[in-house]
Amino acid sequence: MAEFLMPSLGADMQSGKLLEWLVKPGDVVKRGQVVAVVGTEKGDIEVEVFEDGVIHDFAAEAGAEVPVGARLAIINGGVAKPTGAPVQVAVAEAPPKAAVETKVEAVKERPTTNGHRVRISPLARKLAEELGVDLSQVQGTGPHGAIDKADVERAAEALKARAAPPPTEAAAVAAKPAVEPEAAPAATPVERPKDKGSADFQAGMRRAIALAMARANRDIPHYYLETRIDMTNALAWLETENLQRSIQNRILPAVLLIKAVAKALTKVPQLNGYWVDDALQVAEGIHIGFAIALRQGGLVTPALHHADLKSADELMENLRDLIMRTRAGRLRSSELTDATITVTSLGDMGVEKVFGVIYPPQVALVGFGKVIEEVWVEKGMLGVRPVVHATLAGDHRATDGRVGAEFLDVLNKLLQEPTTLFGV
Amino acid sequence: MIATKAMSKDELHQLILNQLRGLAPEADLDDLRPHDDIRETLEIDSFDFLNFLIALNKEVGVEIPEKDYGKVNTLENLTAYLMARM
Repeated sequence: MAEFLMPSLGADMQSGKLLEWLVKPGDVVKRGQVVAVVGTEKGDIEVEVFEDGVIHDFAAEAGAEVPVGARLAIINGGVAKPTGAPVQVAVAEAPPKAAVETKVEAVKERPTTNGHRVRISPLARKLAEELGVDLSQVQGTGPHGAIDKADVERAAEALKARAAPPPTEAAAVAAKPAVEPEAAPAATPVERPKDKGSADFQAGMRRAIALAMARANRDIPHYYLETRIDMTNALAWLETENLQRSIQNRILPAVLLIKAVAKALTKVPQLNGYWVDDALQVAEGIHIGFAIALRQGGLVTPALHHADLKSADELMENLRDLIMRTRAGRLRSSELTDATITVTSLGDMGVEKVFGVIYPPQVALVGFGKVIEEVWVEKGMLGVRPVVHATLAGDHRATDGRVGAEFLDVLNKLLQEPTTLFGV
Repeated sequence: MIATKAMSKDELHQLILNQLRGLAPEADLDDLRPHDDIRETLEIDSFDFLNFLIALNKEVGVEIPEKDYGKVNTLENLTAYLMARM
């Protein structure tokens, strides 16, 4: 028997709202299967189970606010996974690549309880809850048929027009009081406001970032290094690659940078891991947390799993999928907790250099600015090259500048030979 | 769907604006003047810009290679570029 607990989906998360069960008691579940959706300050997260087994009993019902580490369900036939710590450092022991992909496929196919997957933004979900809109009756018009705020508002209008029970009443029905299971710890009061639209979602996101970054600045003695990288070869390679592709399959420069970082980490692994209990824990898998800014404000850094082992196409597909789901507020728990290092690229905003703040308990962050044309001197000759400024923020408790310098050097060399970057 | 060549400049313009509206729903497109840099003005990142070009390709059948990105940076340039190739 194992307990399935509310996971910690961020260094700062105290509780999460159980929005939806995607399984029911008696269902057989496999390790890695998404079984529930939890609302957090960083969006709605699809939570996976960590063991095979059979769902025995729910300890919390949809709608309940559950503290991190409190029981959500009992799973029979599994092995308990230690959790409850504010930060999940039990990093998955690098499952083989094939297994990772199967897992992703399986998730894609997963139907929801009513037979089809509901894509919905966190904002829309909250609004629907307030307005008492039945999401199975709403037609999504957002990307990939996702339900957005406007769809919910339309549905609410239609509901009103039909002179159905007034919204308040409907909302009361929709927000069924959670059945308080005897085993669940008393729900701690959460300071987070009661889910009221986007302003509060923004405030929540801001608070989550504030907590993590304040902790980083308080606890992590950062050191910063910077190097200039000549991108001539890398961009030429990318252009040739993209010429052979249809526009739908084009690869973005970010893919090249992510891959180069991942591969450099195989040579300098000390930057890939966590600072836990006053010691560096080097992680086995290389999972790049890629900073994705949200248009409405805020930032999420979901993980690209095993970036060092993926091809350019796989990475691009992975990145595309992550960006879409980050924006739709539909990430999986492993994506929020598994990153072993963060990469941030602010080049799109015209920024030339980024000096980042490390996301604890990680020990490094790599920043890329915009590719700009700069004067470049080589072998006594003056020229103009496309150049990117790469920076490394390192945790001085975990590593010294020498390690960071070695990393940037390897990174630079990898980007000079793009043809071998994606080779074996 | 490939549009017929009957598409007028105005229709193309409208089509472009519709796509941009999807990418930057909070932006006021009236603020985007013909010579403004689209990506800078609407804060469109490289990922969204690629999606924008993919969508345009679906609508009008023109595939814009990377080396021409500089020629499609404004509404005016983009419209002219597409009109010449549709």
